[in-house]
Amino acid sequence: MFSSETFGVDVAFSVIAVVMVVSAVRVVTTRNVVHAALYLVMVLAGVAAQYILLASEFVAITQVLVYIGAIVVLFLFGIMLTKAELGISNDLDNNAPQKVVGLVVAVMLAGVMGYALWDKWDTTKIDAMNHTVAELGQTTPQISDSIFSTYLVPFEVASVMLLAALIGAIVLARRD
Amino acid sequence: MYLNQFLFLAAILFAIGVYGVLARKNGVMVLMSIELILNAVNLNLVAFGTFGRNPVGAVFALFVIAVAAAEVGVGLALVIMLFRNRRSIDIDEIDLMKG
Repeated sequence: MFSSETFGVDVAFSVIAVVMVVSAVRVVTTRNVVHAALYLVMVLAGVAAQYILLASEFVAITQVLVYIGAIVVLFLFGIMLTKAELGISNDLDNNAPQKVVGLVVAVMLAGVMGYALWDKWDTTKIDAMNHTVAELGQTTPQISDSIFSTYLVPFEVASVMLLAALIGAIVLARRD
Repeated sequence: MYLNQFLFLAAILFAIGVYGVLARKNGVMVLMSIELILNAVNLNLVAFGTFGRNPVGAVFALFVIAVAAAEVGVGLALVIMLFRNRRSIDIDEIDLMKG
């Protein structure tokens, strides 16, 4: 890391990664529900920024539109409709033994995944600097070509699934 | 720009999300932790797509985003229905099917 030709990208990655990890930890530890939703915005925006660093601009814009624009608003509505305590609440977490078990599982999972990744990809580089975005296959025309030719059937299935989820959510949430 | 830096970040986000799912009992907070997990997966997909110089990673990430949107919609509808019926969204109180 921090080689001369990718110095700017590496610095940007490091700063955004630190912000993302700290915000993610706050999402799962904060005792204020609304703060958790706002820290989630930080993580989602950080993921969008990492997509930009990976030259994948269409996914980054979709991330901002769908996640930050729609899903976080949905979360805030969910918080309001369930009349959550808007200040500090001590009733969000399980009891201490369960939290310890969760921590052990998470640390072991991170350890195993980290070891496997280190073992397989230790010095593999993404050769993004010597290629244009089109050569990396990440431009919007290339992505739409792929969706509307090779992945046309999954795309249609996804739209039917969204319709089913819409109807399901309305049926579940309406009063009758 | 190493491939591993993105994969490690995704692995850490995934582990934090798993901790959140296990440690939280408020239904909305569990759904937020699931969003962290799904974002970690998406980061992996896009990183491998750029690494392989192929749009397929981005296409699959878009499908995951669509599924995540549907999941949150139905999940929050379930949480709201739960709140209406039981006046609480603690998921450890949903134990009617416990043997």
